[in-house]
Amino acid sequence: MLTSADFDTLLLTFKVASISTALMMVLGTPLAWWLARTSSAWKGIINAVVALPLVLPPTVLGFYLLVMMGPAGVIGEFTNWLGIGTLPFTFAGLVVASVLYSIPFVVQPLQAAFATIGELPLEAAATLRASPLDTFFSVVMPLAKPGFLTAIILGFTHTVGEFGVVLMVGGNIPDKTRVVSVQIYNHVEAMDYSDAHWLAGVLLVFSFTVLLTLYTVLKTQPTAHQLK
Amino acid sequence: MTNPIIVRFRLDYGAFQLAVDLSLPGSGITVLFGHSGSGKTTLLRCIAGLQRAQQGFLEINGNVWQDSERGVFLPTHKRPLGYVFQEANLFPHLTVAGNLQFGLKRIAKQSNTADLQHIVELLGIAHLLKRLPDCLSGGERQRVAIARALALNPQILLMDEPLASLDAKRKHEILPFLSRLHSELAIPVLYVTHSQQEVAQLADTLVIMEDGRVQASGPLAEMQSRLDVPLAQDRDAATVWQATVSEHETDYYLTRVVFADGALSLPLVDAAVGTPLRVQIYARDVSIALEAPTATSILNVLPATVTGLADDHGGRTVVRLQVGNQALLAHITRKSALLLGLHADMAVYVQIKGTSILN
Repeated sequence: MLTSADFDTLLLTFKVASISTALMMVLGTPLAWWLARTSSAWKGIINAVVALPLVLPPTVLGFYLLVMMGPAGVIGEFTNWLGIGTLPFTFAGLVVASVLYSIPFVVQPLQAAFATIGELPLEAAATLRASPLDTFFSVVMPLAKPGFLTAIILGFTHTVGEFGVVLMVGGNIPDKTRVVSVQIYNHVEAMDYSDAHWLAGVLLVFSFTVLLTLYTVLKTQPTAHQLK
Repeated sequence: MTNPIIVRFRLDYGAFQLAVDLSLPGSGITVLFGHSGSGKTTLLRCIAGLQRAQQGFLEINGNVWQDSERGVFLPTHKRPLGYVFQEANLFPHLTVAGNLQFGLKRIAKQSNTADLQHIVELLGIAHLLKRLPDCLSGGERQRVAIARALALNPQILLMDEPLASLDAKRKHEILPFLSRLHSELAIPVLYVTHSQQEVAQLADTLVIMEDGRVQASGPLAEMQSRLDVPLAQDRDAATVWQATVSEHETDYYLTRVVFADGALSLPLVDAAVGTPLRVQIYARDVSIALEAPTATSILNVLPATVTGLADDHGGRTVVRLQVGNQALLAHITRKSALLLGLHADMAVYVQIKGTSILN
């Protein structure tokens, strides 16, 4: 059965994933919009940087973040200057790392959805007196709804599943940085396979259910392809 | 009277350049006509502000929408225009009613719903209001798009080849609605097309474009009959006369129509006396005689003056004539032109063998 410590890690994981996903949507939406529409020379570089966490081993990303957020790192000096101390092995540090680690899963579906919409609906909205911001909320968001759903769910589930970055940046501190994946590792290390089974099973069922729901919903969503 | 629409644009895309200087009338349908790549759509998009010409001046009814010298450029959403795209471009996530309301929600509440109702009836889309665009035919979608643009009570209506994506059957479904707009709308319409049929049916003013420039512009009949633009040389060259039904000769299945400088007999038209008609006369149906033919089967014989001749170097001569104030084109053989000794200012008689009604 799940122990109370297991429940604590589940709760913490949910908290990290929720806050990270919210931050990723706020940061990722304008970034994806810009990437989908710009012809700037920076596009290639920014695209590559955003996609980097997809291919880098999480430990590499975690290592650099640990160094940069440490007292001698750029980010560390900045956060010290702000008077909030350094981020490694804190909840905030975990959120920052999660955002950087999972943001391609938010930006890429959004960017693809925005690109699919194309110019035409935006032009139609402009000729119907809608300002660009108005158009974004009244036309782009409804048409890109499948993209937003995909982004939220992939961003969230990917954050739930992270391990390498957490271990490097957050460590293994109960109630602060000990998330489900780390707890499973702890159980296995302690040869406690039965507890590991329970927790792993919860994650498996959760992830499958969420993805199944996503793809079922997506199937019934109208897409911009149908724009006539 | 000066024209209320002043359009001057210069735009350089390297391979394509647009250089236009036009003034257009404030009512009726002005057709921008030309081949693809002639710049007619680019010109329309510049007027809408969807594209920005580096150098430009645009004034509609005394309001300056663009003046690059003073750095004025009104963004599209602040221009009181209606725009109909080649593809209807309806919002797929909104119903027909939602599409119609989209713009209305964003303008001051001065417009009333009676206007919208009238537009909905005019375009025959009342039964479609609750449907999503995906459940409409191409012709229905385009009618909704026209209604959506008109609902805003715009100062000018811009239409970019609204029939080009439709098959012949759908075109004929929409053309009558466009002709109706013609008689009901007080605002000017700029209409882009490469179809001569649409020109003949809709245009009051014609702007002929080629390679990003205006080749000629003016009233339709004048443009159609100008010998220096290719329209007059076309096999299907024709002139369109505005006429009014004056009486029906039911015994003969004929209708008499009058125009500014005379009258014509047409096959019986199902229209009340006083109805305005657009009568198209193909150049190939017009023949020329030096004296009034006394015994001829042709009913429509009118005195005319030759105003110009052009040889097509293929045995055919295009003759431009003036019947009162109306221009008329005749395609005759070069041999006939020589035998008759046709020259400018010569008084002749034209015999019109056939006509067609366009609305």
